[in-house]
Amino acid sequence: MSFKFSEENLKRIEEERKKYPTALAAVMPVIYIAQEQNGYLSSEAMEEIASVLGIDKVNVLSVVTFYTMYHTKPMGKYHIQVCTNVSCMLRGGYKIWDQVKAKFGLDHMQVSEDRNFSLEEVECMGACGYAPMLAVNEDYFENLTKEKVEEILDSLK
Amino acid sequence: MIERIVLPQIENYNTINVYLANGGFDSAKKALAKTPDEIIDEVKKSGLRGRGGAAFSCGLKWSFMPKTTTKPKYLCINGDESEPGSFKDRQIFEDNPFQLIEGTIIACYAIGAKVAYLYIRGEYHKWIKMMQAAVDTAYEKGLLGEKMKSTFGSEFSCDLFIHKGAGAYICGEESSLMNSIEGKRGYPRVKPPFPAQNGLWGNPTTINNVETITNIPAIIKNGWEWFSKIGAPKHPGTILFGISGHVNKPGVYERPSGILLTELINDVAGGVLGSKKIKCVIPGGSSMPPLRGDQLEGVKMDAESLRDVGSAIGTGGVMVMNEDTNLLDVLIRIAHFYHHESCGQCTPCREGTGWMEKTLKRIKQGSGTSKDLDLLCDVANHIEGNTICALGEAAAWPVKFMIQRFRDEFEEFVSQEVSLPVPNKVHSMRGTAIPLIDLRK
Repeated sequence: MSFKFSEENLKRIEEERKKYPTALAAVMPVIYIAQEQNGYLSSEAMEEIASVLGIDKVNVLSVVTFYTMYHTKPMGKYHIQVCTNVSCMLRGGYKIWDQVKAKFGLDHMQVSEDRNFSLEEVECMGACGYAPMLAVNEDYFENLTKEKVEEILDSLK
Repeated sequence: MIERIVLPQIENYNTINVYLANGGFDSAKKALAKTPDEIIDEVKKSGLRGRGGAAFSCGLKWSFMPKTTTKPKYLCINGDESEPGSFKDRQIFEDNPFQLIEGTIIACYAIGAKVAYLYIRGEYHKWIKMMQAAVDTAYEKGLLGEKMKSTFGSEFSCDLFIHKGAGAYICGEESSLMNSIEGKRGYPRVKPPFPAQNGLWGNPTTINNVETITNIPAIIKNGWEWFSKIGAPKHPGTILFGISGHVNKPGVYERPSGILLTELINDVAGGVLGSKKIKCVIPGGSSMPPLRGDQLEGVKMDAESLRDVGSAIGTGGVMVMNEDTNLLDVLIRIAHFYHHESCGQCTPCREGTGWMEKTLKRIKQGSGTSKDLDLLCDVANHIEGNTICALGEAAAWPVKFMIQRFRDEFEEFVSQEVSLPVPNKVHSMRGTAIPLIDLRK
């Protein structure tokens, strides 16, 4: 599958490029843009990032594989992230994680067959005072209870 | 009255009009009329110390920036906030973004930087948008960029860009944060050279925490003497304490440094859930040595006092655990975190964090012995001090100190029988309990 940035995204890349003195430095925001457009970072997408910025493909790959928020395989339409780090764990984070796993019959980094849902057990998300928490794509849901989780998950269509 | 410096309780303070109506950006104006050295001196005398964990003098750090150089200088503001237990910076992005921007202007002027990068962790999508909106507003109002020259009537101008992280704990470490901004893997760099000599793209760079920078406008406004009188004399000012775990009212609270830990838990955070006893408190984010629940009386929350009781202030993220907590589970979770987040550059940390997690899990499965507890402390000791960055200590301290301070409890998880190795004539005698002479008979 070939990958080309949309006209609009090429303009965004231009803007990102202006923030930094080197092309390489713009690689992180540009990877985000590619992931947003393509859903995940395919080999073709990484090649396109490299060619747009005029850097080596290996530089893109090394960054993509270092950071956990870049995905090299497609995730679900709703990527559900549950924190189980200490503060969340103390307030029942693992119960929420078990509940979410049971609901979808999926485990860490697995995607449902219809590609609607994917799960991830994440490290601290910085919501420790409002634990337990989960995030659906970019949105945080905090101070969770079993019922609240059920409600949130049911609302995802 | 409780002093509020970083999070003033003013309604809609996060909107530009309310911020300006309350004297916003007056400090920047005042600062730009002074010389950079005067500002550095003021901040130095105020005693402001970094709020990111190391509690290093902010003014002193600024003074390390070379004065005579033709290279561009940079300011990095660390909002990576990835230490488990800390969630204070997001409160600043949400409630007081303009004071952070104003502090950035003053800091840039003091160190001579024309560009500042605000590094915010990638998971904070919502707060990045909020902060970006505030930065855009500041540009529109002529408070940043070229236009600020006419606004402030000064020759100085600076730019502020937000850099979004992508999920790596290690990027909260200053040199790895710089590598991340440069578009590389977040590997920490060997020091020296220090960032003030050789930072972003090899240029002089200063890295400050979001909370530290947000304190600056208040210091310029009210003077160093005012600031130095708040809280503990050696660690003055207020601290944003993020209290989480088994308390009734968890959240972020701004209180003067040196406040009693017991007051923080029992009064400010509404006491322990279910009025239970406290078993353990981690006072400054998960990498700091834990304190026993029966040793909290009289412990004050500032860098010196906590050092004296064998812990550290860290990011001010207080994690409270009640008497029902299984500390082995907690320690496994902490060990798993540091294993997951180790960048893999240094062998002691890359391998050691994995072995500590595996050994703890073995104990959890019921096949641990008392010797394993010693082994864990031994592994921790071999990581500590033998790595490029402080993640080594961050991974070693919780394991070492949790086992040392709660040895009684951990002994209950392990078998007391010491199984002697089977005498083996073929393999090396290393670690064999039986003396060599006996085997020869």
